[in-house]
Amino acid sequence: MFSRAYRTAVAAPPLAWVAIFLLIPYLLMFCYSFWSVSQSGTIVHSWNLDNYHELLTKPVYWQTLLRSMWIAVRVTFFSTLLGYPLAYFLSFHAGNRKDLYYQLVIIPLWVSYLVRAYAWKTILGTDGVLNTLLQYVHLTSHPLDFLLYSPFAVVLTLTHIYTPFTFLPIYASLEHIPRNLVEASHDLGATPAQTFWRVIFPLSIPGVLAGATFAFVLSLGDFLAPLLLGGPSGIMISNIVVSLFGAAYNWPLGAAISLCMLALVLALIFFSDRLEKKWSFQ
Amino acid sequence: MGQSGVAAAALARGMQAAHKTTAMATTMESGVPNTTKPSAAPLLSIRSVAKHFGKNVVLRDISLEIAEGEFLTILGESGSGKTTLLRILAGFEQSTSGEVWMQGERLDTRPPYRRRVNTVFQHYALFPHMTVEQNVGYGLAIAKRPAAEIESRVSEALAKVKMSAYAKSKPSKISGGQQQRIALARALVNRPRLLLLDEPLSALDANLRRQMQVELKALQREVGITFIFVTHDQEEAMVMSDRIALLRSGELEQVATPREIYTRPATSYAAQFIGHTNLLQADVRQGTAMCDRLAWPTSLPDGSALFSLRPECIRIARIAPPVIDSARTSSHIRFRAKLRDQAFHGASDLLRVESDGGLVLTIRTASRDLYSSEAPLEFEFSAVDAIPVRATSLTSGSPPKSEDAV
Repeated sequence: MFSRAYRTAVAAPPLAWVAIFLLIPYLLMFCYSFWSVSQSGTIVHSWNLDNYHELLTKPVYWQTLLRSMWIAVRVTFFSTLLGYPLAYFLSFHAGNRKDLYYQLVIIPLWVSYLVRAYAWKTILGTDGVLNTLLQYVHLTSHPLDFLLYSPFAVVLTLTHIYTPFTFLPIYASLEHIPRNLVEASHDLGATPAQTFWRVIFPLSIPGVLAGATFAFVLSLGDFLAPLLLGGPSGIMISNIVVSLFGAAYNWPLGAAISLCMLALVLALIFFSDRLEKKWSFQ
Repeated sequence: MGQSGVAAAALARGMQAAHKTTAMATTMESGVPNTTKPSAAPLLSIRSVAKHFGKNVVLRDISLEIAEGEFLTILGESGSGKTTLLRILAGFEQSTSGEVWMQGERLDTRPPYRRRVNTVFQHYALFPHMTVEQNVGYGLAIAKRPAAEIESRVSEALAKVKMSAYAKSKPSKISGGQQQRIALARALVNRPRLLLLDEPLSALDANLRRQMQVELKALQREVGITFIFVTHDQEEAMVMSDRIALLRSGELEQVATPREIYTRPATSYAAQFIGHTNLLQADVRQGTAMCDRLAWPTSLPDGSALFSLRPECIRIARIAPPVIDSARTSSHIRFRAKLRDQAFHGASDLLRVESDGGLVLTIRTASRDLYSSEAPLEFEFSAVDAIPVRATSLTSGSPPKSEDAV
């Protein structure tokens, strides 16, 4: 078909890209995670497992990791819960407004993440929109302080930000369901609700898994939302990594945490991929 | 479904056996006699049904009665509205006006899941996440039948379509023809009053399709369920149907038995759509129709008239007596024509000939000889074979919107 030279020429740029911006940095990180830092703050290139040992023994690290996962689980749950009905409505009941609604769901993705996070800060703060409103209608007499600088604020913001990410794959999988299957189900006596649970939902599971994986992986590694809205109780693992690489200047420990998270995420993607394959029939 | 082993065996024996099945017609479990001819009380009554998609009129004023146990084919080109009509009966589409009644009950106001009507879809529409068995048992499971009953009825239905070996397979693992059988079993297992089939054979290759036509017809006789079959294939319609409803641009052109519609087409469209024909534009004067130099007796009043003359109704006259004017009004009409071309069609040849007066006719003869295009040939036909038909323009008014897309 194509000459060897041509195929090499076509494959080279992406391979080079992956090598320079992915493989080499990861390799460096991998090396760093087995090195250490001297008292004077220089990197000591002696191979040891001290970083991993510290990671497992100091509660602050694995507790923060667990908290991050718990936040990510909640974000995944709520964004799937919001994304699915949205995708279902658009795919099955939006008629010829489908494209318009689709754009409306997508538009927030064009807005900078920072802007959206700051927007929530203005809404949730003690003098924020929400508190002012609650006091104005006399539902509360003083500002609610759990709204901002709390895991609640982080979950809320991340859910808002990642709902389109769950929506997209679910929508795609719903769109791929042949409509004559829905008609066949009705034809065989199934009500719309029965049809949903027996035909539509099972066939949309790959989309749900893909969307949930997106939401979980992205929110697990998030550091801006906890930084801006989390407060001390809303710190996530990435914030620790950021401070280890930055202020603390402990690259080896930061690299070790990063690699642990990478392994976790890769394992998750691997399993969700397997499940998706198991549930796809088209 | 019937439990007649005789009938099940008939499936395997094919066409010849099919006739025998009719003779031995058993009764269904429900006790309804297995009739193949339309009986007096209609099962389904379509009353002035019309369907508009915006400004696009897809069906206008369709009225049709379908008898219990009948095999009715809705025949039409793509865009004729046949699929839309079927979808209205199934409940996937609401008619713009008109009513559909089934055995004294209004059908068209019910949702599809409240009708004792099942559909075999064009692309089978099997549930990909369920096994063959689960697909067939779906309707029964929804109806909350006991597990034992579901199991026995599903295996019975699978046996009927010769697919028992595939009970545990996923639809993606079986061939198109096999999926077709499963789709049929999935519908029939629910014992519907009416089975709708939307071009179910169109995706199969020619041989399998002919085989399925025979099987489907035999199966219909066996189970005694009323079939409404939609197709664009006139041959398929003729082979399978008790009656054909010919649909053209959303209107019924003719509803009749295949034999009748072929031998006595009501319109020029019907004559041309079902088989080949020669359309003769004739002038009628005092009981004689004249077209070019041909003349034959007719009972039509004076004026212009259109006649359909089937190619196989014209014969080659072996001995050529002199053409005399007194032959004008006799029942055997002879004429002389030159061969334009001869096309081989297996059992028969189609000749295109041009008469002395310039009239071009198609003639079907048994495939035997190659005729010479040099010397004029002598042909004859019987006046009774020239069937007067109503004129319909073949180019329909509005360009048909693809109904499959709807």
